[in-house]
Amino acid sequence: MLEIKNLNVSVENIKILNNFNLQIKEGEIHAIMGPNGTGKSTLSNVIMGNSRYKIDKGEIKYNGVKINNLSVDERARMGIFLSMQNPISIEGVQNSDFIRTAINAKEEEPVNLYEFMADMMRETEELKIPEEMIYRSLNVGASGGERKKNEVLQIKMLKPSFIILDELDSGLDIDSLKICCKNIKEYLKDHKDTSLLIITHYPRILEYIKPTFVHEMIDGTIVKTGGMSLALDLEKHGYNSK
Amino acid sequence: MTITGLNEQNIREISKIKDEDKWILDYRLKSYQLFNKLDMPKFGPKIDIDFNKIIYYKDKVNELDSSWSCINPSIRSEFEALGVISSEQYMSGMGVQYESEVIYHNMLEELVEKKVIFTSIEVAMKKYPSLVKKYFTKIVGTAENKFTALNGAVFSGGSFIYIPPNTTLERPLQSYFRINSKAMGQFERTLIIVDDNSKLHYIEGCTAPTYSDSSLHAAVVEIYVGKNSYCRYTTVQNWATNVLNLVTKRAVVEENGSMEWVDGNIGSSITMKYPCCVLKGDNSSGKCITIGVATHKQILDSGARMIHIGKNTSSTIISKSIARLGGNASYRGKVEIKKSATNSHAMVKCDSLIVDKNSKSDAYPTNICSTKESSLEHEATVSRINDDALFYLMSRGITKERATELIILGFIDNFTQELPMEYAVELNQLLSKNL
Ligand SMILES: Nc1ncnc2c1ncn2[C@@H]1O[C@H](COP(=O)(O)OP(=O)(O)OP(=O)(O)O)[C@@H](O)[C@H]1O
Ligand SMILES: [Mg+2]
Repeated sequence: MLEIKNLNVSVENIKILNNFNLQIKEGEIHAIMGPNGTGKSTLSNVIMGNSRYKIDKGEIKYNGVKINNLSVDERARMGIFLSMQNPISIEGVQNSDFIRTAINAKEEEPVNLYEFMADMMRETEELKIPEEMIYRSLNVGASGGERKKNEVLQIKMLKPSFIILDELDSGLDIDSLKICCKNIKEYLKDHKDTSLLIITHYPRILEYIKPTFVHEMIDGTIVKTGGMSLALDLEKHGYNSK
Repeated sequence: MTITGLNEQNIREISKIKDEDKWILDYRLKSYQLFNKLDMPKFGPKIDIDFNKIIYYKDKVNELDSSWSCINPSIRSEFEALGVISSEQYMSGMGVQYESEVIYHNMLEELVEKKVIFTSIEVAMKKYPSLVKKYFTKIVGTAENKFTALNGAVFSGGSFIYIPPNTTLERPLQSYFRINSKAMGQFERTLIIVDDNSKLHYIEGCTAPTYSDSSLHAAVVEIYVGKNSYCRYTTVQNWATNVLNLVTKRAVVEENGSMEWVDGNIGSSITMKYPCCVLKGDNSSGKCITIGVATHKQILDSGARMIHIGKNTSSTIISKSIARLGGNASYRGKVEIKKSATNSHAMVKCDSLIVDKNSKSDAYPTNICSTKESSLEHEATVSRINDDALFYLMSRGITKERATELIILGFIDNFTQELPMEYAVELNQLLSKNL
């Protein structure tokens, strides 16, 4: 599904990713843990195509297609979704209008408004998001946790096939994290081919959503790969313990 | 009959066609003298007009009627295509001006019973001269600027509205202005009187097709808001991009009264328009929400004026300017709190969004507060399309163009929210088409 080979990425002429390699197959769940500033968010941004991050070398393939030069929206329409570490707010853009526009950008026929609203209602209820949030401007006045829930709402509405969760767990309270993870697991159950890349600092989220692989990332590259035990190990002993 | 060029004889001719009383002709001639004396505005965009090439009057295509079935079918279908006829169902009443003359006027029966008057200025001058004379030119002086004088000399059409005391209109009254000929000048004159304890929402729409020769729209709007009364005036002008739009609009607000201007500027080549509230009565308030969306070579120089005279008066100006593809959308406004206006408060907030490098948006605020017992706040922001916002929207599959559009429409959402539903939908469609 996703294949990253020898990727070198820089931001404002500072090299961040260094010969980064990663392969994620259909239905797999990968987790990446690593110290602050090591380049985890850089990786997620560069997969999504944020033009601020420059690829100096290497390639990213999605379903066999090289996507290095595709625009952000093209990648999204291919099924890539990035749940952002810090989702921004946009004044005057109503949440439901925005989500409907995004669905329509993917589909040939515009969605039926009635069915769309019914789906929105059901999903917001599942996620315990207050209904009025749908009609508010995108994330305006929303707390960190509410913004994260809104990202999960978008996953359920837009139905991507490759999902990156960049620190979904930071900002969510204990119950909200549980609810979000439950929703994501249900989504994965219904969409067996969907793969997940979870970026986190804490094993807790991985206890809810069991990863196939856990990677330790340091200085812009993966230094160690293992299973759930690696995550627990990292929590106990910190990064790069020899 | 078409009258082209500006001279005394033509002015007399217009007056004759309209079969006017002498006081009106005298007023026209006096205004013409003022016009000759006055200079072009000393601020704002450079205006280039050959006054002798403009058509000042075009004969009626139709007698004024209150039934669409009596209107010339080709013109009727033009208004049908513009959605004007179907919008009537949401209104308490509607008037339509085509070129120089008002051709249609109609109002709900119950309002006729309540003695509400909604007609053309010409009819009002004949039928209710003393009522007209009491307010006409008392709110916007003829010598105010070159274009108010021009309007005085050649005015034709425009609405006259009188809302008697203790009368509330549940639904708006609407007027629609259409220019259809090239080099046409439209000089309507609107006078609205909302007597004490009453409430009115008036909506004005305007369009014109594009021609190679510029057209001129120089209107004057005078509004009187009585004690404890409320008036809202909503306009979205979408003139073709060769129409010069130079309009003077002012309201005088009495004790406890409240005036709101909702003013959208999308079309025209040049617009100069600064709706004004004179807060004369104690506890009166004024508000103006204005947007300008300038594209290509358009220059939209707009804003608002608030003059505080009474005690405990308050005003708010919210201005949103968007400049793109070489357009210039600027804010020009004035807030003056006079010495008499103690315990008053004024707030000005102007935000501009400059979409690309070739576009411009400036602000020319004049804020004067002459009493220590009052306060004036001014807030201004200039922003560009935020890359992070674009990235976020695009990361959900939305194209760059559509994402930009969403951000721009979001920027003026405060304004759109103020419009009646049908207008809001239409505005969004119009802007999407233009963006
Ligand atoms: N837009 C940017 N401009 C300048 N520097 C940036 C930018 N984005 C990232 N960086 C720098 O790149 C490095 C990697 O940042 P990144 O956000 O990828 O780290 P991270 O692994 O996600 O960290 P954290 O765990 O704190 O989220 C950091 O040193 C950061 O300061
Ligand atoms: Mg990060």
